[in-house]
Formats: sequence, structure tokens, C-alpha cells
Amino acid sequence: MTLDAVILQVLAGLATGGIYASLALALVMIYHATHLVNFAQGEMAMFTTYIAWSLINAGMPYWPAFLLTVGIAFILGMFIERIVIRPVENAPVLGVVVVFIGLLVILNSVAGWIYTYTIKSFPSPFPRQPILGIHYISAHELGAIGVTLAVLALLYGFFRFTPLGLAMRAAAQNPESSRLVGIRVGWMLALGWGLAAAVGAVAGMMVAPVVYLDPNMMSGILLYAFAAALLGGIDSPGGAVLGGFAVGVLENLLGAFVIGNELKLAVALVLIVGVLLVKPSGLFGRVYVTRV
Amino acid sequence: MLLEVSGLHAAYGATRVIHGIGFAMEEKSITALLGANGAGKTTTLRALCGMVKTEGQIRFRGERIDGRSTEDIARLGIAHVPDGRGTFLNLTAEENLRLGAYTRRDRAAVEADLERVFGYFPQLRARRAQQAGTLSGGEQQMLAVSRALMLAPKLMLLDEPSFGLAPLLVRELFAILRAINERERVGMLLVEQNAAMALDLADRAYLIETGRVVLSGTAADIKRDDAVRRAYLGY
Repeated sequence: MTLDAVILQVLAGLATGGIYASLALALVMIYHATHLVNFAQGEMAMFTTYIAWSLINAGMPYWPAFLLTVGIAFILGMFIERIVIRPVENAPVLGVVVVFIGLLVILNSVAGWIYTYTIKSFPSPFPRQPILGIHYISAHELGAIGVTLAVLALLYGFFRFTPLGLAMRAAAQNPESSRLVGIRVGWMLALGWGLAAAVGAVAGMMVAPVVYLDPNMMSGILLYAFAAALLGGIDSPGGAVLGGFAVGVLENLLGAFVIGNELKLAVALVLIVGVLLVKPSGLFGRVYVTRV
Repeated sequence: MLLEVSGLHAAYGATRVIHGIGFAMEEKSITALLGANGAGKTTTLRALCGMVKTEGQIRFRGERIDGRSTEDIARLGIAHVPDGRGTFLNLTAEENLRLGAYTRRDRAAVEADLERVFGYFPQLRARRAQQAGTLSGGEQQMLAVSRALMLAPKLMLLDEPSFGLAPLLVRELFAILRAINERERVGMLLVEQNAAMALDLADRAYLIETGRVVLSGTAADIKRDDAVRRAYLGY
């Protein structure tokens, strides 16, 4: 195990980690609002990546297609909240989980029905040659890290500094008080779904050139994202991001030097079980103490 | 009239809690709703804000508001300081205040109101960047009143503002409420267990028992009523 090889794996891990971080962040955003984990998050990302593929195939240049896809994903996310999630708002937890799983299956089969299950290649907007003479990391990986960080910075700015972002945070933590100051809580939830779907779409488009496009492309990635969100603390956006990068790096290092590539996915499962056993609130999650 | 309520019924599921309450409030006046625990005072306030299912008529400045959503009612200018204060515990004190002004578009006036609120409650200025959950009970109550004030309301609904506060602090808070009422020209509907304090502050009062108004009149008259004195004022 040379130092070069380690650096290579760490950088590659950061690149995939960025994808996990984005998707984990999407999970955390929905969790914040509903206290449930959206199992369909990965399929939503997959479906919107297909939309991007259609746009690009129809002749649209990459970046306009990218932005349009993010916009479509946002609307699709809001639409799903309004049409599918809203009616089960007050249903028991298990009922909502079943709805999430139903959504997963529906999106998966609709994608398969429209686009078939044949694996498709998906373009990367970044050059094939390594940039700046850095040979450790491909231009796509570097670009994906950049795009991920840009998305995260935008979201941070939105939630931290805009009145609408503040209202969304307020609606997630205290719906009743939010209504009393005039916040339309229902719309804030829909907006949260829209944003989560948009972030997921970016993750999908960044990972598709690596894993190729097929209706099942996100299943493994969603598992890593779960692990990332749990590791960071399911209610901590910052934790989810760090968790994403940590899981990416860990997965690559263990895969390359310890357990081999075949068992990589098991790393995610071990992490999930391990976090739940040892520190269920995650590294940055809040431990809720209730006074009685 | 600021508020006219007639034949108001409200229920939580199948449990009916108020049975045909009626009362009215003048603009800028202070009205107290008195009564024992479980009489239906909190439910009355919640009914006004569309937080429980109701029957009957509620008019705010002549306009029917019964059946409308809580958000819409808040946007009309009714600010509710709910039971338990409703603080956004994980946000800072200043973010709590800014949320109070969420529906307002007059930015300059919002900044001016923020300063005014800090004028009424100087402690909050020192705590503005602090997480609201870490404030003391008294400070959180001040924050709740301030958050309501940031809506620039025409009517404030105050649910047990004295709850959990030391007597000295209660007196201070009520003095500030009076000042706010006079300077901001805002009406107040006050629900209180502390009947003596409430009657000192209010112009009119209604005594509620098991979901019905059993006595009404000016605060001075109610204070002199023998039954009220024995049951609620304790002398």
C-alpha cells in the first residue's frame, strides 16, 4: 500500500462521498419536516436523471439541460408532496413508510417502462483529461466535488440568510407557532420536498457518468446515503454532509486495502447497524432530552 | 368593534369544550377571560385562531373569520401568544422575532419595530443572538409577547402570560403590557388564572365556567362581585 495509492483512494472517495452527501442532505431535509426517512429519494434522483438524459439526447446542451432538470425536479418534488404525501400527513408512521416504498416502486417501474432497463451512458460536462495536471483524480470527479460543494453552499446560504429559509426551518420545528405568525406550513413542506428532489437530481446527474444510467442505479447509493445521514446524525444537515464524505472515503479505503470491492456495500450496512448500536443520534445529531 | 363572537362552540374530536360563548371587544381595549382550569379559556383563544373546529360566528373588524385557516387569520392582524409560549426553541431570539414579522413586507418598519420591542424588553437585545431555548422562563415569555408584537397586530391573544413567572416579574410584564396597549393601539384578549392581575389590567371581563359565559361586565364591576371575589380573588 503506497502513499500514492492511498491518496488516490481518498480523492476518489471524496468524489463519491460528495454524491452520498447530497443525497444524505436530501434525506435529512425531508426528515426535518416529516420525521421520516424518504425511501424513494434515490428513485426520485434516478427519474430526474433520465429526464436530463432525454433533454440532452434531444439536443440540448449540457448545462441548460442540467438547470432545467433541477427545475423540473423541484416541481416534481413539490408535486409529489402535494399529491401523494399530503393525504397521508396524519396517517400512522407505518402507513407513510408504505407510501414511500410504493413511490419507490412506481418511479422505478415507470422509468423502466419509459426508458427500458438497458444500461445507458450519461455524459459528463467535464473534460476527459485530468485538469491542472493532477493525475490522482479525474476531471469528472473533481468537477463533481465542486458541483456538490456549490450546491451545499447555496443551500446553506438559503436556509441561513433568507426569510423563506428561516420560515422553512421554523415550519419544520414548530408547525403550530409557524401558523400563528402566518407561515403557510403546508407550502413550506412542499418546498422542502422540492428542494430535496432538486438536490437529489444534482446527485443523480453527477453519479450517472460513473455508474451509468439504469432504473436501479441509485439503490446502492441510497444505502450509502442512509449510512452517511445516520453517521452524521439524521437531524443534522452539516453532519449529513460530513457523513457523506466520510462514508465515501471509508468505503474506498476499506474496499481497496482491507475487504476488497465485493464487500464494499457491506461497509454501509455495518455502519448503519454500528451507528444505531453505539451512537443512535449520530456524530452531530442532537440528543433530545425531555423533562418530565 | 374589534372582535365580535357569538354562539361559539368548539370541540376536540367528540369532546365539546365550549358551548355557545359570546362576547365583544372594542378597538384597542383589553378584555380578560377568567375562569378555573378546564373552563374553556384556552380553547376559546384557539377557536378564534382556527386551531380547533368551531361553530358559530367570529367577526374581526366586521369581517367573518370563523372557518378560515390559522395562517390567514394571523395575516389579518391577530397575534396569538399561545399556551406554553410557542417559542422556536432551536432558533435564536432574533430569528424568533423576525418570524413574527414574516408576513410583513414593510422592511423599514420591521426594523423600527425590532428596536421598539427591544425598548420594551431591553434584556432581549442582549440575548438576540442566543438560542431561544436557553433563555429563562421570564425571557421566553417576553420573547413570545415580542414575537406577537412584531406582527404589528390589531389584536393580541395572550394565553396565561403570567404562567410560571415569579410575582415580581408578573407585575413587570403586566406594566409593559399596559404600556404596549396604550402606545401601540392594539387590543388584547387576555386569558388568566391570576384574576387579580388580569382585572387590574383589563377594561372588561368575562367569567367562563364549563364552556359558557356566566358573568360579564366592566373589570371594576367584576372585581366587586362577591362570588368572583371568593372564588377567584381569594378574599
